[in-house]
Amino acid sequence: MLELRAITAGYDRRTPVVRDVSLTVEPGEAVGLLGPSGCGKSTLARVAALLHRPDSGTLLLDGAPVRHWRHRAPREVRTAFGVVFQQPRLSADPRLRLDDLIAEPLRATGRREEAPDRVAELAATVGLTPDLLGRRPHEVSDGQLQRACLARALVLRPRLLVCDEMTSMLDASTAAALVAVVEDYRRSTGAGLLAVGHDRTLLRRWCDRTVHWDDIARAGGPNPRV
Amino acid sequence: MAEAAIERTWRSHGTRRRSTRTLRVRTSGALVALTVLAVLLVPPIVQLDQQAVDLAAKLQPPSWEHPFGTDDVGRDLLLRCVYGLRVSLLVGVAAALTATIVGTAVGALAGALGGWADRAVMRLVDTFSSVPHLLLGIFVVAMFRPGVWPVVVSVALTHWLSTARIVRAEVLSLRARPYIDAAVSGGASRWRVTVRHLLPAVAPQAALAAVLMVPHAMWHESALSFLGLGLPAHTASLGTLIQSARGSLLAGQWWPTLFPGLFIIIPTLALAGLAGAWRERINPRRRSELML
Repeated sequence: MLELRAITAGYDRRTPVVRDVSLTVEPGEAVGLLGPSGCGKSTLARVAALLHRPDSGTLLLDGAPVRHWRHRAPREVRTAFGVVFQQPRLSADPRLRLDDLIAEPLRATGRREEAPDRVAELAATVGLTPDLLGRRPHEVSDGQLQRACLARALVLRPRLLVCDEMTSMLDASTAAALVAVVEDYRRSTGAGLLAVGHDRTLLRRWCDRTVHWDDIARAGGPNPRV
Repeated sequence: MAEAAIERTWRSHGTRRRSTRTLRVRTSGALVALTVLAVLLVPPIVQLDQQAVDLAAKLQPPSWEHPFGTDDVGRDLLLRCVYGLRVSLLVGVAAALTATIVGTAVGALAGALGGWADRAVMRLVDTFSSVPHLLLGIFVVAMFRPGVWPVVVSVALTHWLSTARIVRAEVLSLRARPYIDAAVSGGASRWRVTVRHLLPAVAPQAALAAVLMVPHAMWHESALSFLGLGLPAHTASLGTLIQSARGSLLAGQWWPTLFPGLFIIIPTLALAGLAGAWRERINPRRRSELML
């Protein structure tokens, strides 16, 4: 269970992007967060995945307050989150082949020996053929790369998935396939999901509950600095 | 008709530019290859003593026997120049490598840690660069006995700053990429993020900075030796050659200064030309400013 309480965050203390936002993801629940572009959804998603330290507010993971972000967060807390970003090109190290990309979290956490089996299993799950696994990011399409990024997010079996506009760069069939992969994973593990996006129809069909940015952010008009 | 003419001008312009560029690259490449071959092959093949003194043949102008003439104690200048280039090139490469390693380490440290560590390190870099670096270099060599390694240390210690800046800036911009976020979320330690994701990404920039620094370091070696602080006077380096030839220049003997001077200018320009072409390939937006 993930609880965000009165989170204020941004890149400059004087003009926070996210002001006083509260949001809860119950265990196993899929929450869709809708909002216009530039409102701060992605920043909130990064805060939720412990990738950006908020200026104020509390984040509770399974009831325990989180005090450290990024590298300072204990490894088992950090890896409880699987993150998928909007742009696969920017979220894949251009030097790593797709199989290394997927195996990287296992290697980083000292579970190198599990890598070959787990990569093969996940590649089949997300629909990547073995010849694609030997290629580098510039040799595959956006959709294929996003499949690899989703596989990387699932490789450590996270308890919570944070998908920040995961499907907005993809065509409809790839988007549907990736959503299906996420749903299969959630059914088998009971993981929670925070899906951020601006596609109302998709999020409504995908998630148990959708919330609109205006309903969780403190009233005060749109942020002047987007 | 008009379109064809436009296309023709455009194409001829394009080919002309490309041909000058390949000409530059080829000339530079040939000169660098020639330099490297000369310093590697000439000493073992000719087996002549570059220190052999022949007072009867002192200060002879260029001739078939001594193509570059002789110096004030009758040593053959062509041989001295090749040996001098050897020393200068060794100092240049060693200093550039050391400076790049130090600079990359410092820059990556500052960029990867960020926050107050970054600020502290960069203020240190600013402090170092506020002192004229030749002065600092002179200060460093003056602490040691003349020799090759003090010169390498002096040049390296004064030249890691620009590499540190380049690497830090590059690391800072990379650090904000989502793939670093993904690595953090995947449990990677700071060290692993730096070594696995950040350093390989800045390696081409750092290697380019190293190559661009070789000619600069050679100039510094020559400058220090010319000032009499670098290499001992009997070691032939391009700087010591010019330094010892200063007196004879005033007496009208031009060859002992001209040829070592050319040996400094030509290989360094050729190296800089090659490095510049490489930079255009990896980063076409920044065409100007050679680091000489």
